Amino acid sequence: MRFTTKSMLMALAGSTMLAGAASAELTGELKIFLDTSNPAPRATMEKMIADFGAEHPGLEISTTVIDREAYKTQIRNFLTADSPDVATWYAANRMTPYVSAGLFEDVSDLWAEPEIAENLASTKGAMTIDGKQWGVPYTYYQWGIYYRKDIYEELGLNEPANFDEMKSNCQAIIDSGRKCYTIGTKFLWTAGGWFDYLNMRTHGFDFHMELAQGNVKWTDDRVKETFANWRQLIDMGAFVDNHQNYSWQESLPFIVNGEAAAILKGNFAVAPLREAGLDDSKLDFYQFPAINPNVELAEDAPTDTFHIPANASNKEAAREFLRFVVSANVQTEINNGANLGQLPVNAGSAVDDDKFLNEGFTMLSENSPGGVAQFFDRDFPAEMAAEAMQGLQEFMVFPDNLDDILARLEKVQDRVYK
Amino acid sequence: MTATDPTIASAKSERGWYKRNEIAVTPWLFLAPAILFFAFYVIWPIYQSIAISFYDWDGLGEAQYVGMANYVELMDDSAFEVSLWNNFKWLLFYLLAIPGGLFIALFLNQTVTGIRIYKSLFFFPFVLSQVVVGLVFSWFYLPNEGLLNGVLGLVGLGPVNVLGDPTMATYGIIAAGLWPQTAYCMILYLTGLNAVDPEQIEAGRLDNAKGWKMLWYIIIPQLKPATFIAFVVTIIGALRSFDLISIMTNGGPFGQTRVLSFYMFEKALSEYGFRMGYGAAIAVVLFLIMLVFIAYFLWSMWSEEKGR
Repeated sequence: MRFTTKSMLMALAGSTMLAGAASAELTGELKIFLDTSNPAPRATMEKMIADFGAEHPGLEISTTVIDREAYKTQIRNFLTADSPDVATWYAANRMTPYVSAGLFEDVSDLWAEPEIAENLASTKGAMTIDGKQWGVPYTYYQWGIYYRKDIYEELGLNEPANFDEMKSNCQAIIDSGRKCYTIGTKFLWTAGGWFDYLNMRTHGFDFHMELAQGNVKWTDDRVKETFANWRQLIDMGAFVDNHQNYSWQESLPFIVNGEAAAILKGNFAVAPLREAGLDDSKLDFYQFPAINPNVELAEDAPTDTFHIPANASNKEAAREFLRFVVSANVQTEINNGANLGQLPVNAGSAVDDDKFLNEGFTMLSENSPGGVAQFFDRDFPAEMAAEAMQGLQEFMVFPDNLDDILARLEKVQDRVYK
Repeated sequence: MTATDPTIASAKSERGWYKRNEIAVTPWLFLAPAILFFAFYVIWPIYQSIAISFYDWDGLGEAQYVGMANYVELMDDSAFEVSLWNNFKWLLFYLLAIPGGLFIALFLNQTVTGIRIYKSLFFFPFVLSQVVVGLVFSWFYLPNEGLLNGVLGLVGLGPVNVLGDPTMATYGIIAAGLWPQTAYCMILYLTGLNAVDPEQIEAGRLDNAKGWKMLWYIIIPQLKPATFIAFVVTIIGALRSFDLISIMTNGGPFGQTRVLSFYMFEKALSEYGFRMGYGAAIAVVLFLIMLVFIAYFLWSMWSEEKGR
């Protein structure tokens, strides 16, 4: 009896050792390329990779962090020439060029594993092209209006629930010698966020997607209505002057110094704003208010992703890394307020007890019936997005050029969606 | 009788092919590495660019032959037109570096204590990276906090947003580019001034030449080689303008400060650029513009040689 127990124990120990050996068996090099070049995300990623390395001492992991903007062009080179084993990218349409060129590995097998299939179902759509999955998400975040609570209180304003309140609030802020919204459009995409929201609030998520897919013309009267709403804000002087000179980071001092009362931005803006001294008594968040009461609210919630390049040399280790990244504990850890400060993609993870994360999570899960978009330059084809965002910037500076801009965009549209 | 000179015949056959053709072959042997590299890194890419410009290609998938379609589209592309005009503005206004450099060189061409330090200080901007120059000037131009508007404010002129105004931005960037380029021309002229013949100046003095006349008829003709080199590097610099635009405005506001090289980069290689063929077509147009200048440079160098 004793003997059998002992042998059973031995067998058990043996099997766990075997299992341990199997996962420790990952050897060789694992090259990881990251675009998380901002300080906070960079530290988070490096910590996470170090944790992964500690679990797999046989792996020789090398991490390369590339500037987020530069990464967007370099990815084309390193995917074809000197491929890493894991690379970050973005979900939805932004994957298309690499998927159709066969440069991303099909990871549908990972998505078939129950651990991922059950817990990541909500983002599966954003990772799917042609019925297959091409990577895993590691974080997503809400967009919305971050505002100076103390300024609103000083002026006796409330979070607006509709467009009229938004405008009347704005008028009060302008009368107090401030601007309503700061924005830096030097790199164009920030204007895309405003268009996303104004268009989705004026005509709804489905219309916005029809435009993204080229089924609605840019010269359509409904698109013009969206711009007319935008123009009301521009004509009021709602936006900071000379925004075409600034990057979004350079536009932050306006809100920090109290020269502007709010910013429409993703949750990644919270970290630098807090660092600049805006604590929770000064900074608050509200959902972009409804404009047309007949359309359902829809939100932008861009998803950032990990992929295995098709030319990767250590795909086995790369898959293990992807499993690690999306696992519930890691998701809880890397997305908490001290790290990325965003929303975990794994349903089994906990959202950190952070004011903005909780508000964002509630908004996306309960108050976004219309749908969830990725972002202007991720939903629209790249070339269309580039031309359109340039037009949006021009519109914000010279609203009178609208007809000219829209005619130009329609021409591009005819070529892009052929 | 035919065999009277066997030694010569045998010596002739003993000498190898190389020995027999040494005079003709050796120059080519020395030229070979350069020719090889030039062919591989210059001629071949030019051919490739021209070839790609006839295709619709995203750089990743299959290239599709479209004939002249890229060029036809260029004709009708307002962004291309803007870039082309900006290129001409660059060519024209960048040349201001030459008189500017000459003026500073004349000014510094004197023997005063510490003149070497002044010279190095004037030369300093050329040593700076273009990126640094671009950053410094974009801060200088900042609409609210910038030094320029501070100074303008002192004399009661309203604030100007140089880089945010589509009509002014290109000139603002050219002005930034002139800073290092003037320094470059200055150094060329300073070396040129060392070679000016003092006897001719003396002779000019005797004939009562001074001031502008001395400069125009005696000094400048002797600086012709320096002027030629300054012209060449300035034209090339103007056509290569890219870093400053990328740093200072990123082509904006709304694409009004692009030049051909920047537009080519945007279309073919940037974040949203997937059109290698279209980019190549822009490159070909830029190449043709450059070809005009290259032909002129070669022609003038050739006629110089012939004149000797």
